[in-house]
Amino acid sequence: MTEIAQYNFAYLDEQTKRMIRRAILKAIAIPGYQVPFASREMPMPYGWGTGGVQVTASVIGPDDVLKVIDQGADDTTNAVSIRAFFQKVANVAVTTHTGDATIIQTRHRIPEERLKAGQVLVYQVPIPEPLRFLEPRETETRKMHALEEYGLMHVKLYEDIAQHGHIATTFAYPVKVEGRYVMDPSPTPKFDNPKMHMSAALQLFGAGREKRIYAIPPHTRVESLDFEDHPFEVQRFADPCALCGGTDVYLDEVILDDRGGRMFVCSDTDHCEGRRAEGHRGHLAGEAVGA
Amino acid sequence: MTDEPLLRVRSISKFYGNRIGCSDISFDLWPGEVLAVVGESGSGKTTLLNCLSTRLLPTSGTVSYRMRDGAFHDLYRMSEAERRFLMRTDWGFVHQNPADGLRMTVSAGANVGERLMAVGDRHYGQIRAAATDWLGRVEIAEDRIDDQPRAFSGGMRQRLQIARNLVTGPRLVFMDEPTGGLDVSVQARLLDLLRGLVHELGLSAIVVTHDLAVARLLSHRMIVMKDGHVVESGLTDRVLDDPQAPYTQLLVSSILQV
Amino acid sequence: MATPLVVSEVAKSFTMHLQGGIRLPVVSGASFSLAAGACAVLGGPSGAGKSSILKMIYGSYAVDFGQIIVTHNDNLVDLAAADPRTVIAIRRDTIGYVSQFLRAVPRVPARDVVAEPLVARGEAAATARGRAEALLARLNLPERLWDLPPATFSGGEQQRVNIARGFITDHPILLLDEPTASLDKANREIVTAMIAEKKEAGVALLGIFHDQEVRDAVADRIIDVTDFAPDRHAA
Repeated sequence: MTEIAQYNFAYLDEQTKRMIRRAILKAIAIPGYQVPFASREMPMPYGWGTGGVQVTASVIGPDDVLKVIDQGADDTTNAVSIRAFFQKVANVAVTTHTGDATIIQTRHRIPEERLKAGQVLVYQVPIPEPLRFLEPRETETRKMHALEEYGLMHVKLYEDIAQHGHIATTFAYPVKVEGRYVMDPSPTPKFDNPKMHMSAALQLFGAGREKRIYAIPPHTRVESLDFEDHPFEVQRFADPCALCGGTDVYLDEVILDDRGGRMFVCSDTDHCEGRRAEGHRGHLAGEAVGA
Repeated sequence: MTDEPLLRVRSISKFYGNRIGCSDISFDLWPGEVLAVVGESGSGKTTLLNCLSTRLLPTSGTVSYRMRDGAFHDLYRMSEAERRFLMRTDWGFVHQNPADGLRMTVSAGANVGERLMAVGDRHYGQIRAAATDWLGRVEIAEDRIDDQPRAFSGGMRQRLQIARNLVTGPRLVFMDEPTGGLDVSVQARLLDLLRGLVHELGLSAIVVTHDLAVARLLSHRMIVMKDGHVVESGLTDRVLDDPQAPYTQLLVSSILQV
Repeated sequence: MATPLVVSEVAKSFTMHLQGGIRLPVVSGASFSLAAGACAVLGGPSGAGKSSILKMIYGSYAVDFGQIIVTHNDNLVDLAAADPRTVIAIRRDTIGYVSQFLRAVPRVPARDVVAEPLVARGEAAATARGRAEALLARLNLPERLWDLPPATFSGGEQQRVNIARGFITDHPILLLDEPTASLDKANREIVTAMIAEKKEAGVALLGIFHDQEVRDAVADRIIDVTDFAPDRHAA
């Protein structure tokens, strides 16, 4: 008996998958609406992407090609573990190339490369409720969603401007989906918010501990909330990526030594590698690649 | 001056099982009129206030409100969305405990601005200007606009709650013991402020209080309640100067003279 | 010209529920009318019910029996049976009242206390304050007091604020409950002159004056309240 035979395909039993697929279909039908689902215990702790893993497990098939990223990188613990998990329980092909993947499970980033029709982006969501920190009562937040009472969301942005002079929220920046539901895009940087708008890919969000699934179907309007006199803006970086010289990308800070040396590099490792393969070079590319 | 009331209350009753909350209460509230509902704890005055303000479903009776288009709407036949919209635009509700009516962890400015944002105001500068103006009108210094109400005294919190309610220019305000937990000197200031704002804005108000001095100062008309029933009603100074019902006489004669 | 106020067969008693329900009759069969441009004075000893009659006409005492017909905005209204809203409208437009004691509102300056009845009738605040200042000056209230709330004023100062508040409007009916009780001679004479001006302007006045001199100066007729004593009617 092979190791994989000890599990059903993709770990979850078929009844559970059907239950989750029904939740996903409902979520797609009502863009931005949080659909409750009976989240299962997974063989990994909450906070490690149990929601995303359940969504992926329910939509993945033997022909899919899976990519898993954590903060944009394919090679961090969370990404490696989840990729290994699906190789083991579903025996699917895996890749680090955004363009080659049919399903991309992500924690905290959207790949830089524009996603295509037919691709599915699965987000791991810690706290799905955008109103939670201002209104702790779940009964009340559900009512506010139902009645489209979203003034409170702007209270948070108001507070930002009052304290910092500008909207200082840089991640989990609230969006309005198809002009109706206000949604938390999970802790992605607001840099990635514009990528959700009218994306050709299907975007699914799974929150395991909070037992919610929500979705943005392809070609859906996704608008970041803002004020007329303080419009939404993404982060700008002073310098290009130190490795690939990319400019319109999200950068991570990397500490180089204990004397204050540092560099800024692409958070999306696949994107960075791809650019370098094409011959693009940043100012530290030689040393870093050599190191 | 319009010749129609703002609120029509007809035979409102609320029973908690066999116990009476309030029973068979009817009255009209007119534009610009302040009605005090007085009585001791347990007399049903807060139950009545909650039934009128859609916070508690009455067992029987109707409450209709004249909307800005002039048409009367039965509050309990409106959708919940319409009722909640009314609550945060054309109505105000001032709680006895300011913490129940404020967001304690967001700044004073945002507390005042929330209702504006809830009706679609999306210009930060204008929202902040309106908040600044209202803080001034309730005598809160402009430099406290970014402080949270947690850092405010009881009287300031109550004044902030009032500003938060009045910023959308409501026509009807419900108040539940608005001076309840405050020191006497702070009470006087708040009452005077409320009195001025009610006059200036031409507000209609229903004020629940056990304090006859509050009723005297703020209201035109009074309802005296006991055991869920109205025992006496009328012009405020008539009820206080010439009380008819035994219970009202007891209340009036129980006021301590200073 | 219509008679501004007719009191007809009015009776009033107090029932003291806390004292075993004893009934204290105050007046009964009170009937009189007021003429425009004249001052009627309620006469009779203390406890005869003079103040009660004034308070019934102002609406702050309930009327047990009878009618009080007021010409209010060209309509005849029975004040004894009017709802609170009507009484408030009558107070705003038709019947003014100078009470025996000022009921001071905390924190409101004297000037605004006086101006308030005019503001309530829709007068611009600045105009109303100007009129208030003129009246306070005429009543010799020191200007330094105008910005202060009257709660801490002396009896005479408070009473002058009260008089100014009552006289500032041009109500067709004015009720006066011992307005000169705590005033010195000079101020009494000023109030006497102000009453004469009201008469000149066609106002119907009804007052209680214990001061013989003032009463003689202002009264066009004395209404003897002992005629309305309940005992006599019972007898």
